[in-house]
This record gives sequence, C-alpha cells and structure tokens, in this order.
Amino acid sequence: MSVWPEERVTPNSDLDTVDMTVNVGPQHPATHGVFRMVLTVDGERVVDCEPYIGYLHRGLEKLSENADYRQAMGWWDRTDYLAGMCCEGAYVMAVEKLAGIEVPERAEYIRVLMMELSRINSHFMFLGAFGADVGSFGTSFTYAWRERERIYDLIEEVSGDRMFPTYFRIGGITMDLPENFESRCRWVLGSIRQGLEDLDGLLTGNEIFVERCQGLAPVTPEQAIAWGFTGPMLRATGVPWDIRKAEPYSVYPQMNFEIPTGHQGDVFDRFHVRLAEVYQSARIIEQCLDEMPAGRVLAPKLAKTLRIDDGELYMPTEGTKGEYGVYLMARGGTQAYRAKLRAPSFSNLSPLKELVVGTYVADAIVILGSLDIVLGEVDK
Amino acid sequence: MTFGDAFFGLSWLDAIIRVLIIVGAMTVVVVYLTWGERKVIARFQMRLGPTRTGPVGLLQGVADALKLLSKEDLRPRNADRWVFEFAPYLTFIPVFLVLVALPFARDWGVRNLALGMFFVFAVLGLNIVGVLMAGLGSGNKYALLGGVRAAAQMISYEIPLVVALLAVAMVAGTLDLNAIVLQQADRPFVLIQPLAFVIFFTAMLSELHRAPFDIPVAESEIVGGYFVEYSGIRWSMFQLAEYASLWAFSIFGSVVFLGGWEFPMGLEWGWGWQLALTFIKSFIIIGLIFWVRVTLPRLRVDQLMSFCWKVLIEVSFVLLLVNGLFLVYEWPEELLALANWAGTFVLLGAVYLHATRKPERKNLVGSYKHAEVPTP
Repeated sequence: MSVWPEERVTPNSDLDTVDMTVNVGPQHPATHGVFRMVLTVDGERVVDCEPYIGYLHRGLEKLSENADYRQAMGWWDRTDYLAGMCCEGAYVMAVEKLAGIEVPERAEYIRVLMMELSRINSHFMFLGAFGADVGSFGTSFTYAWRERERIYDLIEEVSGDRMFPTYFRIGGITMDLPENFESRCRWVLGSIRQGLEDLDGLLTGNEIFVERCQGLAPVTPEQAIAWGFTGPMLRATGVPWDIRKAEPYSVYPQMNFEIPTGHQGDVFDRFHVRLAEVYQSARIIEQCLDEMPAGRVLAPKLAKTLRIDDGELYMPTEGTKGEYGVYLMARGGTQAYRAKLRAPSFSNLSPLKELVVGTYVADAIVILGSLDIVLGEVDK
Repeated sequence: MTFGDAFFGLSWLDAIIRVLIIVGAMTVVVVYLTWGERKVIARFQMRLGPTRTGPVGLLQGVADALKLLSKEDLRPRNADRWVFEFAPYLTFIPVFLVLVALPFARDWGVRNLALGMFFVFAVLGLNIVGVLMAGLGSGNKYALLGGVRAAAQMISYEIPLVVALLAVAMVAGTLDLNAIVLQQADRPFVLIQPLAFVIFFTAMLSELHRAPFDIPVAESEIVGGYFVEYSGIRWSMFQLAEYASLWAFSIFGSVVFLGGWEFPMGLEWGWGWQLALTFIKSFIIIGLIFWVRVTLPRLRVDQLMSFCWKVLIEVSFVLLLVNGLFLVYEWPEELLALANWAGTFVLLGAVYLHATRKPERKNLVGSYKHAEVPTP
C-alpha cells in the first residue's frame, strides 16, 4: 500500500513495528485554539510528543512598546481572551503603580468584581471544554455556555463588548456600573451556582469521568514548582499559592475567600480545583456587591498624556491560568521602554512532553485539556 | 391480501418488492433518525436543534441529503483507490442484510428465516471489513487509528453480544425470530432475561460506536476516525450505515427482548398495531441510546477492552451456564427469572459499588460549599 512513503522504514524482522507520528493541531477539535503537537505513537501509546507554538503570535510586547500607555491596553485584553478583564487589570495596575496613580476605592471594587466575573467565565470555558475532551459530546459544553453567555451579557452591559471589554482605564474605570447591575449580577450568581451544580452532577459524579482522570499525569509539588506551574495547576498539587493572598493587590485583602487545593496533582485535581474556584470567585463577587462604596470611579486630575519617568516594575496578578505578571520598564516618554508578559499558560504548557509520554492517545488529549491553555497568552 | 402472501404470487418479484419497501422505509427512518437525534440531543443540551428547514426543522434530513449528494467526492492522493472507494458500501451492505431478516409485523419481513438470529450474527460481523478497509485505505493516520480501534472493539464486543442473545435463544428454544416473538405473547423476554438485556444493550452501544464506546469515531481525539477522509455520497453511505444499523439493532433488540410485534395484543389488534409496536419499541431503545450518548463521557481504549474481556464476557458465559442448568433440569421459569434478576442486581450493584468506592471524589461542589479549606 502506498501510504506514508516517508515512513516506510524497513523493519528488522516481520514482528517489528514502526512508530507512527500523528499530527494533532493546529486545526484539531481538541487543541483549544491553534496549538499543535506531533505525537509519536506506538499503537495507542504515546512515545514522544513535540509541541509547536506560535501560530497566534501577534507581537504583543513589541506593540505595547510602540503605543501610548493607554493605547496599549487593548492589546493586553487579547492575551487571555477568555478573561479579558483580568489581563487589562494586570496591565492597568502595573502602569498605575509605575506612575504612582491612586485609584478610587469604588473603581477598585468594580475592578475586582469584573475580574472575578472573567475568572468564572474562563473557568466555565475550561469545565465545558474539558468535558468535551473527555468525550461527553458537548453536553458539559452547553451547560457551561449558558452561564458564560449570562456573564458575557453582564460584561457587555457594563463595557459594551463581550470578549475584549477594554473597560478599565489607567486611574480607574471607564464608567460606573449601570442602574440595575447589582440585582442582575446577583441573579447571574445564582445561575452560576446552579450551572456549577449541573456540571458537577454531570461530570464529577460520573464513574467514567473519574476513571479517565484520576491518577492521570500526576505532578508532585516539587515538580510543579520546578516547572514554574502557577494558578490552579500548582494548587492542584496541594500548594496553596494564590497571588491574591500571597501578594495581594487591589482590594483583595478585604475579601474573604479560600484557596482550594488538590491532593495528588492529577488531572482530576486540576478539574476539581477549578470547579471549586468558581465558588470562591462567586463569593468574592458577592462581597464586592455588598461592600461596594459610593464615589467616583476615575482618579481626578489625570494627565492628558501619561508620561512616566525612569523606573521598572513587575506586577504579578492572579490570572485565570496562574501568575499573570506584567513587567514594565519606563525611560520617560509616553511609551513603555520594555513591556513583558509572564504568561502562565506558557509555563503550564512547558512540561507537556513529560506529562504525555507513556500515556494513551486519548489521555494525551485529556492532559492537554487539563492544562487549560489559552493560546493568545502562550503565543503573546 | 395478507402480508404472508407473496406479492403477485411470484417469489422473485415478491422479494424485489419487499426489498424496495425496506430500502424506502430505511431511508425515511434514517433521515428522520438524524433529525430526531439532533432534536433530542439539542433538548438535552438546552438548545433548539434544527428549526429553519420546514416546520420544527423536519426537512433538515432532506436538506442534508441533498447537500451530501451535491458535494464533490474527494479521494486523497495517497489513498488506496479501490479499498477506499468500496469501503462505504461494504460497511453498508451488512447492515442492510440484517434488515432483511427482521420481522416488522406478523409474517412481514423480507424473508422469514428459520435461523434468523444466526443469520443476523453472521452478517453483523461483516461490518468490520468495511470499517477496517476505510481505516486502512484512506491513507490518513486518524483513519487508521480509528479503523484499528473499531476492529478491535467490534470483534471483542461481538462475543458478549452473541452469548447474551444465545442465552435468550436457549430460553426460547429457537433461532427463528418470528417464533421468538410469538413466544413473548404474555411476557417479553426482558422480564425473564434482564441480565441478557443489559449485556446486549452495552455490547450494542459498542457495536454501534455510540457513547460511551464511541472510541473509533472519537471526534476530540482522532477527528471522526475511519471516515475522516470521506466526503459527499461516500460519507453519507457511512452515515446511512450508522443510522440504519442503529435502527436495525434496536428492532432486533425489541424483537428478542421486548416482545417485538407481539407483546402486548399484537395478534389480536392486527398488523397496523404490530407495525406500531415494532416502531415504538425500537424508538424506546434508540431513545435510551441517545440519552446515554449525551450523558456519558468516553472510555479509554484499555478500559473499554478490559470491561469487555474481564466483565462482560465472564458474566455472559455465567448467564449461559445458569440458563443451561435451569433448562436441563426443567426448573420453573419464575425461578429462572428470579435468578436472572438477582444476577442483574449483583452486576449493577458491583458497578455501583465500584463507582462509589471513593466518596471524597464524588460531587465536589456540595462538599465545597460548606467545607473550610485551609488558607496559608
């Protein structure tokens, strides 16, 4: 048969088999964007995995160095495009810290609220897509999508856009919340809790799901730290590390929430930690709604053109995937001299080969799904 | 004219007419099964499903069929030409041959075979050839993986399937499908052979590549499996084969287990009721399959195989043995039914206990709502 001429290596004996390379992505239903990995498989076993990234590279850092501090914000939305608010929050806070701008308290509360909404959004995306990776024919997907649509409705109502809101401003936020926001937000929170219970009942209690995920690709805390895991990936191994608690920013110190952690760092724990985090985020949002002070939402007397003198700073924030850090270096002028993004997905993705080799093809897909990468962030 | 008579008194003409009727019925059923599946699954997933083509999307299947017919029939350059082109037909023909043997109403199948059940077993096995040919001949690695997976899975699951059905045939004492139906006039066999039904249903899901055994056609892993390179009419042959076999299996299951066209009141109320019974029962089974499909995730290859070889085959052989004991010593049927129900509960109980052996990993949200999680 004239199939795969490039691989017709002559085996040593009739019993020898030749490994086969299978290309997965960048156009593959399971790669969550434009990630590509080339699996070398021996039957159903994965013996090698080579990841390729860069299909979504847009030169975020260079673009940010060539735009006004305020103009550059739009690019940062598009890194973790599932949680635009978290990204622009990180960038805006970095600039503010560098320029020494005080943000009104109400703006901080609204920011935290929107960032947590985005986090829920991103985690629901994970929960739904992960169910589809494990093979539940999109039921988990639509369950998650219902809540995501409601959150998007809220975000659109507030900012005018769904995915890339560009709602924050350096020194505060664009505009105050709409009139009936609080009641609508509370209603959405109830719906989120219901959706979470639905997903939990559909997936977590399912024997096949547990069988597929439990004990798969376990990571020890030492390994996780050595590989630079952050966020849910690190917490799944049992390390309660959350930037919101460890190096608090904004009004997170006033918030009362917990850090869910896992036990074994396997795929199931990663799923579990994200599931539990949605609850904590919902708690934070509720506290924000309860305690939100009145007042203005944009700092007064902001310079028309923002100029920052010499200085550099690294602003770590807890993004949805882990430590989303923004490094900015200013050398005077209206543009950053150097902008750098510490993308959590990139670090979380890096040990893919170690995790995947030795498992089955079907497991490789599930492991990749459990890393919860977003390619806008990996490729910058 | 009753249905038992030959059309126009000529047996060859009669066969042709009956085959044509079956082909027509099958096409209509397949078109509306795809529509029905999309509708049912959409409802499970809080969607609407097709709504645009005709009232409640009823013409969706027709639109799909027209689209598929008008599409280009592509063949990859490194495909093995004849293997690639014949595979869809070889997948479809066995399914159609199964339909030939099935009784839809009293004396109304294409042909009533004295060894009907045996014929169905024999023909079903041929399905694998077409699937494997598609996998090997496409020149695509996903297709190859899918084809090999399908072959391994279908061969393995045929054993418990056949053994479970043999258990029923033992109780019925015949392989004639019409005779099996006639024996179920007062109670369907599912009541006295529930374990066989459970095994049959599970193995059937696997034979049909339905979730949670849809490993050969796993979209998120191998992009659809063995038919990934097909398009247009050849792809639609695969689709036709898939849904026709779904229908054929469900009718077969209803004939063997649910009393076919006979239970209840089949003989008294005439052929219209008999046909209705056949369809209602087959759609009950199909509905169950859809339900399972939207609910369960997919198993992994090794789990699938070990479930078949370590659980299903053993259980089905024990079932065969028990049935044999009861029949040889002529113990009453009620006791046989009791033993089978006990076996069913033991099997399902074991599955349940296995599933709940780690309570801390069950329904986490409930535990997380109240639990205090340590903070640093």
